[in-house]
Amino acid sequence: MLQAHGLACVRGDRRLFSGVDLAVAPGQWLQVEGANGAGKTSLLRILAGLSPAADGRIEWEGRPVTDVRDDFHARLLYLGHAPAIKDDLSALENLQSAAAVGGRPLDEATALTALRRIGLKGREDLPSRVLSQGQKRRVALARLLCGQARLWVLDEPFVALDVGAVDMLCGILDEHIGRGGMLIFTSHQAVQLQGNGARLELTK
Amino acid sequence: MNAFVAILRRDLLLAMRRKSEMLTALFFFMIVVSLFPLGIGPETALLRRIAPGVLWVAALLAAMLSLNRLFAADHQDGTLEQMALSPTPLALLVSGKVLAHWLTAGLPLVLLAPVLGLQFDLSSRALGILMLSLLLGTPLLSLIGAIGAALTLGVRGGGVLLSLLVLPLYIPALIFGAGAVEADMAGLGAGGHLSLLGALLALGLFFAPWATTAALRIALE
Amino acid sequence: MSQPLINWFKFASPASFYPLAGKMWPWFAALATAFAAAGLWISFFVAPTDFQQGEGYRIIFIHVPASWMSMFIYCVMAFWSAIGIGFNTRLSGMMSSALAPTGALFAFLSLWTGALWGKPMWGAWWVWDARLTSELILLFLYLGYIALTAAIDDPRRADKAGAIVSLVGVINVPIIYFSVKWWNTLHQGASVSMTKAPTMAATMLWGMLLMALAFWMYSIAVALYRVRAIILERERHATWVAELLEMQR
Repeated sequence: MLQAHGLACVRGDRRLFSGVDLAVAPGQWLQVEGANGAGKTSLLRILAGLSPAADGRIEWEGRPVTDVRDDFHARLLYLGHAPAIKDDLSALENLQSAAAVGGRPLDEATALTALRRIGLKGREDLPSRVLSQGQKRRVALARLLCGQARLWVLDEPFVALDVGAVDMLCGILDEHIGRGGMLIFTSHQAVQLQGNGARLELTK
Repeated sequence: MNAFVAILRRDLLLAMRRKSEMLTALFFFMIVVSLFPLGIGPETALLRRIAPGVLWVAALLAAMLSLNRLFAADHQDGTLEQMALSPTPLALLVSGKVLAHWLTAGLPLVLLAPVLGLQFDLSSRALGILMLSLLLGTPLLSLIGAIGAALTLGVRGGGVLLSLLVLPLYIPALIFGAGAVEADMAGLGAGGHLSLLGALLALGLFFAPWATTAALRIALE
Repeated sequence: MSQPLINWFKFASPASFYPLAGKMWPWFAALATAFAAAGLWISFFVAPTDFQQGEGYRIIFIHVPASWMSMFIYCVMAFWSAIGIGFNTRLSGMMSSALAPTGALFAFLSLWTGALWGKPMWGAWWVWDARLTSELILLFLYLGYIALTAAIDDPRRADKAGAIVSLVGVINVPIIYFSVKWWNTLHQGASVSMTKAPTMAATMLWGMLLMALAFWMYSIAVALYRVRAIILERERHATWVAELLEMQR
């Protein structure tokens, strides 16, 4: 369970948000909403432990996240704005090296299954340079199918995806929540997910 | 440890797919070294005297050329974020990247230096010492350079700034590296210089990944 | 917890340090003026003419204290950087960046006066003396710090990056110094030592000491003055700055 109390974020001179409270329990999802520049990405980066909050505290399983950092990161899967895809590597190599750097090496069969399920059948060995934006996003999203992370923090996962892919991703997210996973994501789209969910509107 | 090997393999693979960048730095090394006889004149006694310094300064500049790329691409495409979130300590991953940088940017210089040393009429013994000093010194250049590369990540005018930050810190490596060859040529023995270079390398191995990690975390905030 | 004499952490907040610095800097400026007046009087009128070097040697009353200060200020910057990283106090980074220009100034002054001294002594504006060379590298380190912190827009990030640079630098300063010294002894040709002054007269020592104190006080005064400007700039959106401006209107 991830809890945050009184989070605040300052960027340069501007206070983006303050006093943000949130809690996500197993089997729950949380959609972060807000206008452009409201600090959605900043909030997700703070929750993932990439940048420090100007104020407030974050707890993972009831303990301050700074105390259990390694354990927390072992159970976290964060997909940011940038898809972390290397143009010179193939989809398969990208997926495998990302998993290995993340401390969870992946055998080729699992990686191939994930890539096929995400709709990249036949493109596993092409250099990512020749893939379209949407296809690159799919390579990044294939990581969702490979790990055993409990908490997913996804920044605009639906961006650049076609209608079919949006439905498929919704299915994957539903599955994760159904298994008792936790999900925090941002999106400008009105997404219908099953299970127990909440929305958080970021305002000044 | 697996993640260390994984990141080393990934960076080597990426370097292999972009061989031209690696070769550019090597050509730069060759050209700079070849310019000196043209600027100074072909008198062998003088060339032999300046050879260690020239080769070392050129190696220093060539190693610096590739530093910009060390973290910039990872920063841009989001890989660095994933590294910071890995359960493996970031300092270990950084060490893997630095090792990959040395293998692709430092080691080729070490191997090429004796060939260029022949242009300066160095004896085979001096060439051996030159290689040895570069073998000990170039990893140090990669380690120190990584700190500068991390500090200038995403900063305006990062490339020039990087050289301003890193070159003064390269001076001890230059002095002991070039000094080793000179001392040997003067019949004084290179042992002292080489062991000091080794000591600096040990110090760098210990401190540099830590400082680089701290700088990377700042760049990620 | 027992009551400490002074609550130091109170002054770690820019809002409470700002008025304190405002009260302190004129005192240090006055002390600097007094020490400089006494020091210059001794160095020009009291100290005897050197029988080897003539009147030209009097430049050391500026040169030597400036060199001392340039090295000392770098250490102080590193000290503030360590505090800033260790305790995450905002003021430390501001102190560091307030000190850097003064340190660079002294390093430059030391090089310049060194050249002025070198010309009549050795007939050359520049000799590759170990100390002069180290001083030059120190100036490069200062310039690197200033350039890096100036290139980063976010002041908090600039402070932290600057802290790492100055800590890496301070580990390297002794290494650089000894390597340059080693290099200097290997190349016997250029070994002219500036330090082997013949037995120094007590009055000369006093003059140097007073000038060092003057430079020290000047550095503190200027750093405090500069840190006040930095605080105002960084905290311009804070309510206490708005109130301060209101009061002065």
